[in-house]
Amino acid sequence: MSDPDREVADLDGLPRKNGELVFEAPWQGRAFGMAAVLRNERGLEWDAFRGALIETIAREPDAPYYASWLAALERVLLDRDVLTKQEIDRRQAEYRTMERQGVF
Amino acid sequence: MSAGDTHHPEPPSEIEARALALESLLVERGLLTSEAVDEVIRAFEQDIGPMRGARAVARAWVDAAFKQRLLTDAKTAFGEIGITEHQAEELIVVENTPATHNVIVCTLCSCYPWMILGLPPTWYKSAPYRSRVVIEPRSVLLEMGLEVPREVEVRVWDSSAEIRYMVLPRRPAGTDGWSEERLASIVTRDCMVGVAVPVVPAVPVA
Repeated sequence: MSDPDREVADLDGLPRKNGELVFEAPWQGRAFGMAAVLRNERGLEWDAFRGALIETIAREPDAPYYASWLAALERVLLDRDVLTKQEIDRRQAEYRTMERQGVF
Repeated sequence: MSAGDTHHPEPPSEIEARALALESLLVERGLLTSEAVDEVIRAFEQDIGPMRGARAVARAWVDAAFKQRLLTDAKTAFGEIGITEHQAEELIVVENTPATHNVIVCTLCSCYPWMILGLPPTWYKSAPYRSRVVIEPRSVLLEMGLEVPREVEVRVWDSSAEIRYMVLPRRPAGTDGWSEERLASIVTRDCMVGVAVPVVPAVPVA
């Protein structure tokens, strides 16, 4: 495992079971993987992401971990004008109504 | 709800749709590829801990009674090796034999026994794999690097709303006396999907 991956793996609070990273559903793995790829290949500042994650969890402490993770990822992408909330909302609605098909 | 017609094309949940939205937009922007996301997930799952399915396979190879239980009541057998959380669906383990090679697919979407195999790779979810492996399994397997001898029957198991499958591969020659841990190390995800078979690594030449 490369050092950047280790850095991601060492992030505090990542749910683990017997040392294994546990995803309870495929979308959680996608949420995790997207952030890791952006960090490793696109220079996403990990401190910024971690800060957003901590804030998100603090705002909704009972939310599932990866729901917070996904929200934090969205936050940093919006802050950096990579994506807009409108286009994410629109795309999400397309998947919800099955106008657009996607599976994990 | 009748079997077979409602299982797959169910709308994704709010959060699933959100994740799909983000990933598809990031892919369109050229900021990531789904394969790169797969690779991260694979690396984490394999480097941080052996896959659950591989441990069951290794146990089945050394313990015939366990193997029998794995083939008849998979969830209970997994419980014996400490894996008690499962998806709601039934789990069936299908055994490769000298006469039969098994491969799993979900023709309609991407149903997958992810509680024991981790997350499905992108190719498993791809339309070409889903449609072609049923029609021409030998060609698809060959393209993926696995030549199944003519005399061996290929059985394709299509996952459904109620049932998930896992392949129990054959123990390769040259593994006598191996520990379960060492055996598990050669059982890859692809072996348990049925698109590969376990391979004993070549002994390095000193």
